[in-house]
Amino acid sequence: MTSIDESSKEKLRSVSVDLNNDASLLIDIPDALCERDKVKFTVHTKTTLSSFQKPEFSVPRQHEDFIWLHDTLVETEDYAGLIIPPAPPKPDFESPREKMHKLGEGEATMTKEEYTKMKQELEAEYLAVFKKTVQVHEVFLQRLSSHPILSKDRNFQIFLEYDQDLSVRRKNAKEMFGGFFKNMVKSADEVLISGIKEVDDFFEQEKTFLLDYYSKIKDSTAKAEKMTRSHKSIADDYIHISATLNSISAEDSTGNKKNLDKLSDLFEKLRKVEGRVASDQELKLTELLRYYMRDIQAAKDLLYRRARALADYENSNKALDKARLKSKDIPQAEEHQQHCLQKFDKLSESGKKELTSFKGRRVVAFRKNLIEMAELEIKHAKNNVTLLQGCIELLKSN
Amino acid sequence: MDDPLIEPISSQTENKPAGEVVSEPSDDFVDLTNNVSVTTESAVAEIPLDEPSDDFVDILGSETEAQREEVVVADVTVEAAVAKSEVTSVVTESPGDGKTESNAEEEAQETSTAPIIDLSGDLLASDTQQPPVSDKITNPLVDLLSDDSPAPAVDAKKPSGPPQKSLFGEPDEDLFGEPLGAISKKTVSKEQKENKTAEPADIFTEEAVTTTPSMSNTSTVNSKTNGVHSEEDADIFSEATVELSLDSPQNERKNEVTAKPSASAPTSLSAAASLAKPQSAALEEEEAELEDKFDILVSYFYYQISTTLPLFRNKTFTVRRRFSDFLGLYEKLSEKHGPNGFIVPPPPEKSILGMTKVKVGKEDSSSADFVERRRGALERYLQRVVNHPSLIQDPDVREFLEREELPRAVSTQALSGAGFLKMINKATDAVSKMTIKMNESDVWFEEKLQEVESADQQFRKLHALVESLVVHRKELSLNTASFAKSTAMLGSAEDNTALSRALSQLAEVEDKMEQLHQDQAANDTFSFAELIADYIRLLGAVRGSFDHRMKVWQRWQDAQAMLQKKRETEAKLLWANKPDKLQLAKEEIAEWEAKVTQYERDFERVSATVRKEVVRFEKEKTKNFKKQIIKYLESLLQSQQQLIKYWEAFLPEAKAIA
Repeated sequence: MTSIDESSKEKLRSVSVDLNNDASLLIDIPDALCERDKVKFTVHTKTTLSSFQKPEFSVPRQHEDFIWLHDTLVETEDYAGLIIPPAPPKPDFESPREKMHKLGEGEATMTKEEYTKMKQELEAEYLAVFKKTVQVHEVFLQRLSSHPILSKDRNFQIFLEYDQDLSVRRKNAKEMFGGFFKNMVKSADEVLISGIKEVDDFFEQEKTFLLDYYSKIKDSTAKAEKMTRSHKSIADDYIHISATLNSISAEDSTGNKKNLDKLSDLFEKLRKVEGRVASDQELKLTELLRYYMRDIQAAKDLLYRRARALADYENSNKALDKARLKSKDIPQAEEHQQHCLQKFDKLSESGKKELTSFKGRRVVAFRKNLIEMAELEIKHAKNNVTLLQGCIELLKSN
Repeated sequence: MDDPLIEPISSQTENKPAGEVVSEPSDDFVDLTNNVSVTTESAVAEIPLDEPSDDFVDILGSETEAQREEVVVADVTVEAAVAKSEVTSVVTESPGDGKTESNAEEEAQETSTAPIIDLSGDLLASDTQQPPVSDKITNPLVDLLSDDSPAPAVDAKKPSGPPQKSLFGEPDEDLFGEPLGAISKKTVSKEQKENKTAEPADIFTEEAVTTTPSMSNTSTVNSKTNGVHSEEDADIFSEATVELSLDSPQNERKNEVTAKPSASAPTSLSAAASLAKPQSAALEEEEAELEDKFDILVSYFYYQISTTLPLFRNKTFTVRRRFSDFLGLYEKLSEKHGPNGFIVPPPPEKSILGMTKVKVGKEDSSSADFVERRRGALERYLQRVVNHPSLIQDPDVREFLEREELPRAVSTQALSGAGFLKMINKATDAVSKMTIKMNESDVWFEEKLQEVESADQQFRKLHALVESLVVHRKELSLNTASFAKSTAMLGSAEDNTALSRALSQLAEVEDKMEQLHQDQAANDTFSFAELIADYIRLLGAVRGSFDHRMKVWQRWQDAQAMLQKKRETEAKLLWANKPDKLQLAKEEIAEWEAKVTQYERDFERVSATVRKEVVRFEKEKTKNFKKQIIKYLESLLQSQQQLIKYWEAFLPEAKAIA
């Protein structure tokens, strides 16, 4: 069972997205409980909107509820022209748990102190994963609440307000398969409609850009993850080195004892800094890349929906031509064609707006995170320098 | 320098010339045919500090080598060769060298000095690289030697004489670059030949070039004399510091050059004499350049060791040794001094795997690592030997440092017959160690032994950890590199100009990080992991000295038991009334009584030595550990400072994103 407190969360909030917080609807997740695989989030809402019955309320929600909300939004026809904020990823505590397990197995090979440190380190890692999970869920809701159209969504309001368990069914096997099948159809369809000539340069460009950008950012994300992990391994090595130095010094009766002690101390401190470097990189860099990878996927989905609408419109044109040729059902065909055109135009218009704002959002978020990361790197390196200098002086003065 | 400049066209030719050619052809020039190439001092404009005549004479290892090859054919013994060699090898004294060195460390200067040198065509041919180095280094001294080459070289030399001169003139640099290839080939073939010849260890040993100029004496003589003197000189040596730097010849040449210049003139014979006088000299050994011949599987690495006695007007000896020579030295020392309770510093282990990789894999970074690791380890090994007050007085050490050629250390051949025997010996040793149960009467020893054993275990653990740190650091470097690349791609895909720029800047920063991590990984290895590896080895040696003490104790106990037995027999004889045998028994008792006292004294002496040695070891360890650790931490510090710089440069870029 883990729960987080307000202050630590404050730091983490909205690192990846810059949200224009509208005071009329404020949402946060002040608390969360982790029970085995399930995480229970407390969603807290403060609002001045009259569509809600009370100005302030809290409801318990689970990860599945978030997914449900996301899916209903995606399926709503009216939102086809919007970038639906990407659903938060499933909480994943596997990796720290596995490590904890391994640590337990290796306990015999370590000194008690070393074991305790490793355990603390893993607990911290676990906590970090937990916080990150809460954060991505919160960001999802905040993005909805800050969106002019999505914030008015009925399902969203129910999600926020209904004080009972939503008891969203978990997807059963058939639905899972259905989802999988839908994805297949979608990608096949994507290929099919990709042949249709784009009528708007803006979208043509966006499409090329997003496709390219997606593959690049996906790669960068994977690489950044690896890099962060290496920093972590080094921090872990420092722990062991420090502990071993300590036990050597414990048995050393010569003048070297003092040197060993100091070195062991130093490594212990260096390890903390190195650990911070790893977690800050994770938070500022990897998480940013990861989030935008998902967001770009959402933008790509928007493009797909628009392309689909375009294809529909062209088909309806053909159908109309055919109907005219046969002089049969002309009014229906005309109506259908009109309907498709309208839908397509509406999609294009809102899509253009969404994509433009997406671009601005991305640049702002990157700027913020890159600056913060550079500052943190400098801070940590300066810490290291101070530690090293201190230790060198100590050694020399002896 | 100008004079020397003759540019050899072919690398081979160059090599030969280098050896033989004297800077000024006419003067320096020795007859190739004779093998002796005497370089006249006059040739070198600048005369060394020392008196030219004496100092200058150098015997070139090369001569010997050349001879050797020939010898092989002729079956001439090395010594004989030496005599010849002396003749053959011209000692080139480069008087000016000392000056030149001091003045300029540049290679050019070196080259100039080079002319001085000798000629052992042999060497040249085979190891062109090496010779140049040596030349530079030794310049002052003169000599050169060439290793293996060529018996033919000698003969060949005559004809090549002129060309050689030309070669000579060529700048070292050029020689280096080109010669290697050619050389290596030759060397290979030569070496192979040598191998075939088998026993001629001497021949094989390619000698290092001795910088020490020796008078006309044969090299062997010199070495001996040195040894003799050495004892007197002990003080001098004790202060000596050894620095071995092995660099691949090409890269480090410059460094070496600079380093070497300091040393200069002395001669072996003259040196010995001089040594005696200036007792205070500090010995500096530098192992410089390892010459490597990248010939497949036949290749050896040579380590050039230069020893400097600063007080003696920068006398430097430069000697080339093979790895097995180092092992041979250790064998000798541990045989001689181990039983007396001395802690003989152990050299790095032979690594067939690592070496094979180096020989076969050539340019891979792990093999470069291996070479550098070994070089560093050998250097520290020699430094420890030289710093040891008793070991430095050992004639073998002197010989190792000074003598141009060493008989090849056959017994260190991996898996050779001798090696196999040794393994068996070690196995029996281990068994006897287990069976000896010593009831330790001295608490100090008991505690120390325990301490050493647990320290050994902990250091091993630490070593494994640091090795894993190195692995992770390398991993980080790799991952950072791929992230940098990926970020650069992302930057090129980004359509916001400022963000795109910032991303490519980030990619650059990460690129630099990669280098930083990589350098740090090297530092982890060389400054930290190797330090620990040294201690593990040394702790083994300490345990060895404890074992020796135990053996001596065992001998004493055995003798006592024997004495007891003899006394019993005497009593029996007395009772049986056999006076004739009684006399014999009494004599035996007296004999064993003497032995027991002797052994007891031995044991006490060894115990005292071990005790003193352990205390000394601990003191040295503390001092050395601190020094090394500070060095390591400083490298860490530097990389962090660099990191700050990089990120600080990046920060404005990030802020410029609009």
